[in-house]
Amino acid sequence: MFKKAFDVLYLPVISVIAALLVGSVLIVAIGENPFAVYFIFFKNSLFSVSGIAYTLFYSTPLIFTGLAVAVGFQCGLFNIGAEGQLYVATMATTLAAIYLAGLPAVFLVPVCFAVSFLVGGIWGGIPGFLKARFGGHEVINTIMMNMIAYSLVNYLVVGPFHREGTQILETEFIPEAARIPRMHDLLPFLPERIPLNFGFFVALLACLVVYLLLWKTKWGYEIRAVGVSGSVSEYAGINVNKNIVMAMFIAGGFAGMVAIHEVMGYRYCYHDSFSQGAGFVGIAVALLGRNHPIGVILAALLFGALNRGSLFLDLHFDSLSKDLVMVLQGTIVLFVATDKFFKQFVNIFKFKPKGEVAPE
Amino acid sequence: MWEILDLELFASGVRLSTPLILAALGGMFSERGGVVNIALEGIMIFGAFTGAVVAFETGNPWYGVLSAMLIGGVVAHIHGIASIRYQADQVVSATAINLLAIGVPAVLANALYNSTTVTPNIPLMLPVIEIPIISKIPILSTLLGKYSILVLFAYAMVPISWFVLFKTSFGLRLRAVGENPEAADTAGINVYKMRYYGVWMSGLLAGLGGAFLSIAHGSSYVRDLSAGRGYIALAALIFGKYQPKLTLVGCMLFGIADAFQIRVQGVIPIPTQFVQMFPFILTMVVLAGFMGKTQVPAADGIPYEQTK
Repeated sequence: MFKKAFDVLYLPVISVIAALLVGSVLIVAIGENPFAVYFIFFKNSLFSVSGIAYTLFYSTPLIFTGLAVAVGFQCGLFNIGAEGQLYVATMATTLAAIYLAGLPAVFLVPVCFAVSFLVGGIWGGIPGFLKARFGGHEVINTIMMNMIAYSLVNYLVVGPFHREGTQILETEFIPEAARIPRMHDLLPFLPERIPLNFGFFVALLACLVVYLLLWKTKWGYEIRAVGVSGSVSEYAGINVNKNIVMAMFIAGGFAGMVAIHEVMGYRYCYHDSFSQGAGFVGIAVALLGRNHPIGVILAALLFGALNRGSLFLDLHFDSLSKDLVMVLQGTIVLFVATDKFFKQFVNIFKFKPKGEVAPE
Repeated sequence: MWEILDLELFASGVRLSTPLILAALGGMFSERGGVVNIALEGIMIFGAFTGAVVAFETGNPWYGVLSAMLIGGVVAHIHGIASIRYQADQVVSATAINLLAIGVPAVLANALYNSTTVTPNIPLMLPVIEIPIISKIPILSTLLGKYSILVLFAYAMVPISWFVLFKTSFGLRLRAVGENPEAADTAGINVYKMRYYGVWMSGLLAGLGGAFLSIAHGSSYVRDLSAGRGYIALAALIFGKYQPKLTLVGCMLFGIADAFQIRVQGVIPIPTQFVQMFPFILTMVVLAGFMGKTQVPAADGIPYEQTK
């Protein structure tokens, strides 16, 4: 048990530590003290009740985008399009809620959930289809879909759906019936200003669904089989193309569910460029979490804490900005990708199992 | 609206193709050697940033150009170490580079100039070459008259790349490790070394492409100034079947699409945002139409463990 946990965890943990070290080099180069910087990071995200609540708040969209990337990876696809998927889905969910105002919450909330998943799914499914049908590279296509999504939602929020009487680029507010509760309603001791909401529970539920879907159903087995080897799956009678489209649809759907957290639980309207790269952080979340739902939760918590902590960098350090988090993320992805580099050291220390002879 | 379809559009397309050509040719060397390089985007951004900073600090745009190439090479080398030496998933390692390209320039620009999004304007531009006789002839002068020296260099690199890839023993060896590394290894070719050469070339050229954006086309680094050009360059490369000449056609197609998109804004009654989508949609259409028909180097993207 302990050994298994060690085997799964040591590479991600080493990658994070190594990335923090690389980050310190950059911080020193800029002329700040890395200990002070990292202290600020974690003081404001982990060492108080409201800090933790904010960390969970910032982790929620990352769980969704992490799942979106992880589901793709399980099928051997690299979904860099979570950012575009979540933008279009969030806009669509907002508009659906506004246009269906008057419906009771029992209908409206599930409909909005479905819209978020469907629209995100379609946005992800298009590159999936292009890959299956024409062999179009999903990495390039998902990025192109991101670009198209930025333009599309920007047009909608600047033009036809801009809320009147404000300079801020936002849409109208969604009706009360489409809103989900804040955590304050459940745990009154949390200050009301903390926007942590039931979207967090939806995210955890989504992780459970992904786990059951991928590891406990025939369908998920097929998706993972395609991820291991497309050609072998083909021989085994699995429809590879269908699974590629399905996996990208599901992946996009989970990215789209960011709308539940963002619009239905937090802002109650669409806010221009709200995401700030959550779709890309999802890549780091999925890779660090080894494309497993539990790993995704843990990694999302880490990046949520970093995101939360980074907001205090500007306040405490003149020459540092929150972009430092992006550097840490990139470095972590690089180290996770080069796991062989670390394995060569770890293998030196690995004890050999008792009673077995080490293979020659 | 038809008046925008003039010679000026073509000239503008030629200019906007330049960073694509440089990045695509770079990608060609990398992928011909068997290393997929989705990091072109990130390398361009690193090049653009470094070029702008060095050109501003030294006051000499040429130092900017050289440093952009150098940094491009260094960043590409990181991708190389990960994907050649440690056999990382090449798309993942390249994505790491692209993520770093969002973070590192922003952090450094903030530390240097107190702004995460722009660097100060570069005082001196790179020379613009007027071709002596052609610039006197009416139509040709608009078409070919006045280009930055980097534009001319990029176009000159097309036949040079063709020559290097197909007419030299270096090119033969590079293609060999990209097609069949086992056979190349057996024949005594150092697979790792050749792949590093290919990746370095991609770094130098994509870094230069970045410098073109910040030093020659613009006059400072602006956040996200590459705007997906690294990925579009890859699409042009796929369209061009990994051949220099056809890739040039692909790059010019995208360059002119980009120029069209810029010039058509406000002229026709379609919202700007939809016009801006045009090059990206074109990229997807081209990929859908040409991906299956492209002869990808056989070992492209497949790590190779060299026997020592």
